[in-house]
This record gives sequence, structure tokens and C-alpha cells, in this order.
Amino acid sequence: MGFFSKIFNALKKTKDSIGAKLKALFSSGKIGDDFYDELEEILISADVSVTTAEEIIEDLKEDAKESRLKEEEYVVALLKDIIADLLEALEVPQIEYPAVIMLVGVNGVGKTTSIGKLANYYVKQGKSVLLAAGDTFRAAAGEQLSVWADRAKVRIVRHEEGSDPSAVVFDAVSSAKARKTDVVIVDTAGRLHVKANLMEELKKMNRVVSRSYPEAHFYKLLVLDATTGQNAVSQARAFHEAIDLDGIVLTKLDGTAKGGFVVSLCGELEIPVLFAGVGEKIDDLEPFDAESFAQGLL
Amino acid sequence: MAIFASLSERLNHIFSKMTKRGRLTELEIKTAMREVRVALLEADVNIRVAKKFIADVSEKALGQQILSSLNPSQQVIKIVNEELIALMGSQNAKLEVSPKLPTVIMMCGLQGAGKTTLCGKLAHLLKKQGKRVLLVACDIYRPAAIEQLKVVAAKAGTQVFEKGTQNPVKTAPQAVEFAKREGYDTVIIDTAGRLQIDENLMQELENVKAVVPVTETLLTVDSTTGQVAVDVADTFNKRLEITGVILTKLDGDTRGGACLSIKAVTGKPIKFIGVGEKLTDLEPFYPDRMASRILGMGDVLSLIEKAQDAITEEEAKKMEEKLKKSSFTLEDYLSQFEMMKRMGGAGAILSMMPGVGGKIKEEDIDEKALERTKAIILSMTKKERVNPAIINSSRKKRIAAGSGTSVQEVNQLLNKFEQMKTLMKQLKGKKRLPF
Repeated sequence: MGFFSKIFNALKKTKDSIGAKLKALFSSGKIGDDFYDELEEILISADVSVTTAEEIIEDLKEDAKESRLKEEEYVVALLKDIIADLLEALEVPQIEYPAVIMLVGVNGVGKTTSIGKLANYYVKQGKSVLLAAGDTFRAAAGEQLSVWADRAKVRIVRHEEGSDPSAVVFDAVSSAKARKTDVVIVDTAGRLHVKANLMEELKKMNRVVSRSYPEAHFYKLLVLDATTGQNAVSQARAFHEAIDLDGIVLTKLDGTAKGGFVVSLCGELEIPVLFAGVGEKIDDLEPFDAESFAQGLL
Repeated sequence: MAIFASLSERLNHIFSKMTKRGRLTELEIKTAMREVRVALLEADVNIRVAKKFIADVSEKALGQQILSSLNPSQQVIKIVNEELIALMGSQNAKLEVSPKLPTVIMMCGLQGAGKTTLCGKLAHLLKKQGKRVLLVACDIYRPAAIEQLKVVAAKAGTQVFEKGTQNPVKTAPQAVEFAKREGYDTVIIDTAGRLQIDENLMQELENVKAVVPVTETLLTVDSTTGQVAVDVADTFNKRLEITGVILTKLDGDTRGGACLSIKAVTGKPIKFIGVGEKLTDLEPFYPDRMASRILGMGDVLSLIEKAQDAITEEEAKKMEEKLKKSSFTLEDYLSQFEMMKRMGGAGAILSMMPGVGGKIKEEDIDEKALERTKAIILSMTKKERVNPAIINSSRKKRIAAGSGTSVQEVNQLLNKFEQMKTLMKQLKGKKRLPF
């Protein structure tokens, strides 16, 4: 229950601003092209890509015509359903244990913070958790993760700054095997998806996990920042190509940013959004809910 | 691919269609502008800003001057370019220096925009200009933020002033006092990342600003930011009266529409751009260059400046001398690689070349191949490098083994080098090298 109210509140700010815009539209009476153009602009303002927004509005027009909708409010409700359906069309993988979860993404999207929250999430479900400080590049990334490990009261495997991240992963995985830990969560350094050598490094970490711990279920999650624009799709495509993603963690959904790019993302790459970060506290991570996301979007 | 083609590719595509026709009709301009609008929106330019941009450009393009112009497509590019520059601000803004030292610079922005990294880069830059810089740790919320600032400061060779998790409103004035006492002329305050709608944290920044004489309040914005960039910049500007903006992560493939929007909404200049993770990866922002980059006209000016920074006069002279005498050896070939590396690698150079911008991605350039070439040359003796003719098959085997490559690769390199020498002989005497 807590989740729904929290994500709803987080999106309410979004909703308020868009809701006001919609109300202004309602007064116009007849449903014309202007109304649909405005809806399209609302989607674009929420960082839904132009192409996706156009497609969605085309679908909406047809559906509305078929169902002979006359009231604009119904059209908006229908639009919400269309978006929610798009997001729900993808199957969400259920986690199986023992599990290794690796978080990847560009710099500053909130990987380390999300790992702290994820650790807490699994600890609360009674699982044993081990963190692997795989960001050996950024200054003090290891320290930052250690603080989160303390907060979530979980173990951490950490090497020196500048050491090989694959070695950290190997040690963590070995330790998890020996101690029968349920979940290993691997932090990785932020990397821009256009840097070939850094993507190679990631592939290597990927191989190390697959090879040294084949019996574990391996989940690779991309962390995306909700304030990002269309570049998010480019990021997702590159990371997916490199290591075959299982899901997305959408962070910073607590501001006015709407993260509308996930609509395009789900359509094009078929990667489901698994979690949403809705605040800075350790409990502020929730399983993603398409319905309330779409609700908040409009 | 077509959907996500870069803005410059799109505009080029539109304008190349125009070039083929010669003269433009009003309808064609309208069509082109529709595509410009889509391109701008896909580049994350704020929808309101894009609308105004289109209106301005259409008005100018639809006027007589373009329809009667001899080369309409050039005219359109010129107008679009001019409007882009006008939107992003018309000139490069430098950092202000306070008449009463120390100059205080306060960084602010959302979480993950890159503030702490930037503090290091700015400190490094100012140090190079002969300033004594003190970094102040005022991010008391994020775990290990102070640690990070310390590491960054150590790399930049500057000191950090920190009071643990003490309230920044107390720490900041103490730091300024400390700076005065110890003779620092510049103080850079790192602050916690915060959402523009977080009332408490925004108030905290206002309070800090009230107790220290801040000369520059710099908003750090991630260049991949979407439509919300405008709200972020607008709110920070209204509450803190920012003096400038720094755009980060421009080394990615973002089309950076945020950059177009922010200036339009806040009226504040974009002072620097972050283009990498190294301390030196901070560049001044030139609106005209950025506009040409967006339009695919390359960033030749930046390239030349980079070359000047990375290559000493002496080196350039020596190289020119060698070329004149055609005594160019493998040794020189090797030092060219080093120069290229100092300029940010082949990828960085290519991305700034006219006509290349956006077309070549970093993964297309095999930096590893360059490294292998380097390894091969390094495995040669001095004698071999000066006179490659003596490299027989047994020497080739030794070089291949020494560099971890194959004899074929050694052959390839030698062939390439010969070709290059021939080419240089042809160029010789014609003109000066660009640097």
C-alpha cells in the first residue's frame, strides 16, 4: 500500500501541473485537432519522444472515433489507458535466488544510491545481501557505497580505488557462493555509453559473473535519470547492446521530471521498468507501477 | 537510426534537399521548418523555446530576401545559425573576479549533474591561471561527498576546507575567513545536489548566499537533461540569481538541446562545458562554435585552440622542419601519436572536424589499433625507426613478437608509413601545416 501512495504523491506534482493544462482544455467543448495537438504537446513536455507521441495520438484518435467518445475527459482517460497498456505489455521478470544484480548507467544517474535502497529492499524481505563496490574509478565511490552498506546493515566487498572492477566482482561472487548469500548487488562506475573502452570493461564484468557463478540468476539493470531527455533511449540502446539488459531502474521521479522517455523505450527495446526511485531516503525505492505512472503523467 | 539522427544530420538532410532545387517556395520553407521543429524537440530543446525559434526563423525565411536570394539554402542555414547563436547568447562569458578578494564561486544544481567533479576542474583551470584556490565542502548530505571532493582536490593540487556535516551556513563564512587569513584569492563552494522544488534545500542555498559575498553562482546542468531543464534553470535563477551555467557530459552523444533552452529562459550565459572525466576536460563555451557544431559545420576553432594548447611551438616547428627536409621517420610518427593523445585522442579531433560532426562515433575509431601501432614502433630499435629499409623478415619477426602483434601488422604499418611519406613529399612546399 505504502508504495502506491508514495509513487502517487511523487507524481502528484507532475499531475498538478499537467492537470491544470488539461483543465484549460476541457472548457473548449468540441473535440477537434487542436485538442489532440495540445495532448501531443503535453506528452512531448513530459519527455515522450516526438515520434512516440505522434503514434500514441494517432492511436488515440482512432480509438476515440471507434468508441464515439464525445467528452474530452473520456479521451484523456483513454490516453492514460493506452500509455499504461504500452508499459504493462512487457513481462516483469520475477527474481529468483541466488541472484546477482548488476546496476549500470551513465554518470550521476543515481546508481550507488539505488543500490543502497535495493539492498534495504531485499533485507526487508529477509534475504541476505552482499554489495560489490565495482566503481573503482570515481573518487570516493567505494566510501559512498560503504555508508549505504552500513545503513542497510549488509556486507560489502571493496578493493582499492583504481583496481580492476572485474576482480572486485569475482571476489564478491566467490564470497557469496561460500556463504550462500541470497543477493549480490554490483555497483559499477558511471560511464557514457559512447565510450567504447568503458563498455568493454562492462562486458568483462558481465562475463566474470556469468562464468564464475553460473548457478546464480543474473539480472542486469540500467539506471536512468528521470530528468534525462531523449538521450535516455540512446543510453538504453547502447547498454542493451553491450550486456543485454533485464530491466530499468528509473530514478529521481520525485521532482517535476516525468521520465516520459520510458514509453518510447518499452516500445522500442522491450525492456521493462522494474523500480522507481522516488526520494533520497533508504525506503524511497518502489516496484514500478505502470498504472500510477501513466496516471501521474497526465 | 533515422529517428535518432543528430540535429546536424537532420538539418543537413533538410538543407541538402533544398540545395538541389535552387529556389525556395513558401511551402518548402514551411516543410523545412516542420522538420527543424521535430529535430529541435528530439534534441530536447524545450517545446516553448522551439516554438518561438521556429516562429522567428520562419518569419525571417519567409521574407523577400530569401526568396530572391541566389543561393536560398545558404541563406536558410545562415538564418538558422544566427538564430541559434542568438538563442544561446552571443559571446563567451568569462568568470568574474571580485574586486575584494577572495572571489567566491558557489556551485549549485540537481543531484548527479557533476558539481563535485566540476569543482576539481574549475580549481585546476584557475590554478593554471595563477590563482590560489580553496575548495569548500558544503555537501553534507550525500554519503562520502566530502571524501570525493578531497580526492578531486588532491588531483587538482588544491586544499579543501571542511567542517564535516556542520551546517553550510556556518561552514561557508568560516571558509571565507580562512581563505582571507591564508591568502587564497578564490573560494569554490561545493553544495549538495538538490531538486529545484525542495523548499528546505533551496532555502539553505539562499542562506549561504546571504552570509558570504558570492561573486559567481554557477548552475551545473547535465547536458542530457530533457524538457525539465527549463524549469530547473528558471527556479534556480529566480531563487539564487545565478550568474552562469556550466553544461556537463557533453562528451556523450546528447544533442544538448537543454543548452539552447536554458539561456533563452534565464538570460544567463553558459560559461563552460564539461567534456570528459579528466581534470582538463573543461572548455569555454562559445555559442557560435556550438551553433556550427549543431549545424554540422564542425568546430574548427576549438580544434585549433586545442592544438595550440597540446603542442608546443617548438614541437610544431621541428615537425615542419622535418617535413620540409622529408626526413620524417617512424620516430616522428610516434611523437605525432603522443601529440594527438594530448589533444584528446583521434575521436575528439574528428568530432570537431567540419562535415564529420555527429557522423563518427567514438566506437568507430579504433584507439586500440593506434595503441598497437605505437607498440610496434616501440619494439623497433632506434636504427630501425630512422631507417625502416633495414627491417628484414627476421627483424619483422622480432618486432612482431616484441609488440604482441603479427608480421602482417608490422608490414601494414611499414606500408602505411611509406604511403604517408610519399604523400608528404607531394604536400611539401605547398602550404604550412595547420599547426
